[in-house]
Amino acid sequence: MLTKSHDNIKVDHKIESCETFKHSCERLIKKIESYILNNNNVVKHKQGQFETFFNDFITVVSISHRKVDLLFMRNIHVDKITETVAISCWEACYYLPEDILNGFQEAAKTEESPLGKSILNQLIENAELAAVENRPYCHDTGLTVVFAEVGQDVHIEGGDFYEAVQNGIRKGYKEGYLRNSIVGDPLLRKNTNDNTPGVVHTKLVPGDKIKFTVLPKGGGSENMSAMKFLLPGEGVEGVKKFVIDTIEAAGGKACPPIVVGVGIGGSFDKVTEIAKEAILREVGSHHDEPHIAELEKELLDDINKTGIGPQGLGGSNTALWVSIETHGCHITALPVAVNIQCHAARKKSVVI
Amino acid sequence: MTAINITPPLTKEDVMKLKAGDEILLNGTIYVARDAAHKRLLSNLDNGEDFPIDLKNEIIFYAGPTPPKPGQVIGSIAPTTAARMDPYTPPMFEYGVKGVIGKGPRGENVKEACKEHSAICFSAIGGLSALLGERVKSAEVIAYDDLGPEAIRKLEVENFPVLVVYDAHGGDLYEQEIAKYKKA
Ligand code: SF4
Repeated sequence: MLTKSHDNIKVDHKIESCETFKHSCERLIKKIESYILNNNNVVKHKQGQFETFFNDFITVVSISHRKVDLLFMRNIHVDKITETVAISCWEACYYLPEDILNGFQEAAKTEESPLGKSILNQLIENAELAAVENRPYCHDTGLTVVFAEVGQDVHIEGGDFYEAVQNGIRKGYKEGYLRNSIVGDPLLRKNTNDNTPGVVHTKLVPGDKIKFTVLPKGGGSENMSAMKFLLPGEGVEGVKKFVIDTIEAAGGKACPPIVVGVGIGGSFDKVTEIAKEAILREVGSHHDEPHIAELEKELLDDINKTGIGPQGLGGSNTALWVSIETHGCHITALPVAVNIQCHAARKKSVVI
Repeated sequence: MTAINITPPLTKEDVMKLKAGDEILLNGTIYVARDAAHKRLLSNLDNGEDFPIDLKNEIIFYAGPTPPKPGQVIGSIAPTTAARMDPYTPPMFEYGVKGVIGKGPRGENVKEACKEHSAICFSAIGGLSALLGERVKSAEVIAYDDLGPEAIRKLEVENFPVLVVYDAHGGDLYEQEIAKYKKA
């Protein structure tokens, strides 16, 4: 089968003629469909060869149509997916993202508490040591959350997509010497000893690539996250109060300096999903909407006024950043979710 | 501030000298135990049995390290959230444990138990795991092998940095420091 891989993409005329063929097929199918519609009685009542002929013909055309579609898709083998996820797991745990490291450095410059400053400097030293020695900067290598943005022109071959991702987690945690921190049944609580199952979010996007973002999420900060339905009338002030209350309740347990992801709007499920997406945004980058960007700034200010500080041991840097994501919501609702990300703010994105 | 060197086991006099905010470098033996090990230790006590190892006057470290790479003594290690051990800590202090190392603030019952039984809550920096892993010189499982990652481990540490967060006189470093930087 032809694929639009990098090897044969240069054969433009072939693609072009495929395009023409595809259109012809589509036109043909439409013609047949309208023929059947107009001659409903014929197809319905005349038994035998005539009907069979049409059915067979339609099947053949549909299959060709599907094959032509496949000509425009890019094949990605499940082994490639497993390998990509595996490497991303340990890379996320060994190498602290640049924006977070810069965040530590900026915070250390402004920190008012001498103890807080000392903690920030030790975190910088810890991250640098981990990178040099290829070892996890934090021992709680977490629940593995995987975001996959799957291009709609991708055809996955060789097996099941979700199984390939879970196999990647298994392989990454074993080969990367990461801690297995997952129990299979939440009530029986027996460790699965391979860090599966991870949580996988998929999104269909234009294009013929898959972007994986692996986010091994520590327990300390995830456990202090929260969601609530506010009354619409509570508005911005209500949102601010809920965020601050959540951060104060977390205190030192969430390992500050933290990154705060806030979701506003959507449904019960959507609001927590966008709060998690928000913690992936770069430290230093604001929301496009000016009023949301303003709210991010105000919240960051307010959070840093709580005095919680690095490790909850006092100081002027409790959070490195606040990112908000929003979604339209029901006229009766104002859902808010706060996802706290600790200073071990792991995230690794790879496009295949 | 210069750090105070401490080599466990701790005497009552050692404990009484320490104040919230003191920076400590631990040298010598500490014991790793977390949720499942605590649960079992305390059920030993309830049944009138002894602990499998003598933990009187010792320091317990709430932690779960990553597996060591070939050639390493231990992987990365740092404390887990101490508050999860709140129900277990007072009876452990009553038994005779003199110090615990965790991260994050604790409940009132633990603060009270520090005063009542002359014991200390230390904190190591949560997630400082690569750096703290380097300060561990040997590690061995010494009890409850079947608990796997939650088994009790004996660690030999060198210049292992911790802070006194709750002392035996009612001092509370979290409360004290946060109040200084809170802006109304
Ligand atoms: S909260 Fe984060 S930094 Fe702290 S121990 Fe857990 S994973 Fe590590």
